[in-house]
Amino acid sequence: MSAGPLPTLAALFAELSMLAVGGANALVPEMQRRVAAEGWMGPAEFGALFALAQAAPGPNMLVITLVGWRVAGFWGGIVATSAFIVPSGILTYVVAGVWERFREARWRRVAQAGLTPVTVGLVTAAAVALCRAAVTDVPTLLLVLATAGVLLATRLHPLWLLGVGAALGAAGVL
Amino acid sequence: MGTGQRAAYDFAMPESPPPLAPPPSLAGLFGGFLTVGLLGFGGVLPLARRMIVDQRRWLSAAEFTDLLALCQFLPGANICNVSVALGGRWHGPVGSLAALAGLLAAPFAVVIALGAIYMRWHTEPVVAHAFAGLAAAASGLVLATAIRIAGPIRARPRAVAIAVVALVSLAVLRLPLLWVLIVLIPLSIAINRRVA
Repeated sequence: MSAGPLPTLAALFAELSMLAVGGANALVPEMQRRVAAEGWMGPAEFGALFALAQAAPGPNMLVITLVGWRVAGFWGGIVATSAFIVPSGILTYVVAGVWERFREARWRRVAQAGLTPVTVGLVTAAAVALCRAAVTDVPTLLLVLATAGVLLATRLHPLWLLGVGAALGAAGVL
Repeated sequence: MGTGQRAAYDFAMPESPPPLAPPPSLAGLFGGFLTVGLLGFGGVLPLARRMIVDQRRWLSAAEFTDLLALCQFLPGANICNVSVALGGRWHGPVGSLAALAGLLAAPFAVVIALGAIYMRWHTEPVVAHAFAGLAAAASGLVLATAIRIAGPIRARPRAVAIAVVALVSLAVLRLPLLWVLIVLIPLSIAINRRVA
């Protein structure tokens, strides 16, 4: 009996765990590309799973759980989630113990100043990758821009905006 | 005499923060992070801060800010790193597991239930259209996040250049993330040194 896609899921998300500078959002373009390369799902379905993870409570890394679940069921979800958490978790566990020594170190601020622009580029690339899949016509483009604009201009909870988007879609406006 | 002066000085300190609670038990860690996972819609970090600093008083505000800086600096999901570091601080590896399990148990179940609903109904036109709208709105959320975090680096041409190269490499050229990071992180650290 073959292990199926579980080893591939584990290897992929363990790698992404150590590449996640700036959180799970920064991984979106790479995940979208890799799941398509494996023949697991196209950008549109990945976009739907990403949106589901945003609408659910909890950390936005849950898109990884959903991808694993979609590819290999319950155990796929467990394997993908664990593979993503364990490597960076071990690193955090070890570094947290010695952090006091480096808290004020200059190299830490130097590294942070260098990492921030990279993170900005990664998250912008994530927005582009998601929009490319989600924007299919003028109404969906307007919805993307309106959602971003309202979020930047008000303190409205993001869940309301997701709800409005889904309602407009269901009502046939899009 | 010296101690008397010290006491008077302490007393005069504006708004001394409430004392911290004793370290949580394993069940306390699990329960605390369970509430964060259950209620954390659209961003769990503010909720985690409220639970850890204001409600359960496990850490002072300054300690939390320091811990968050570490967890944002390291790779991985920030909130997962916070739970691992906090659990480990008081109960070692078992504490880390208890905190992580609390954080992820409820969202894991919810997200898979939502996924099952999606897979069962996504060929229905109404559901497919609702998901198209949901995906567009979620794209808008990420776009807003990108614009927000780009704000502080806008006035620094070298930082903007790095961000643009990262964007083009991933979104246009579709290069592997590993190679983009291996090249760009050292380069960015080298040319952005002065601002640190």
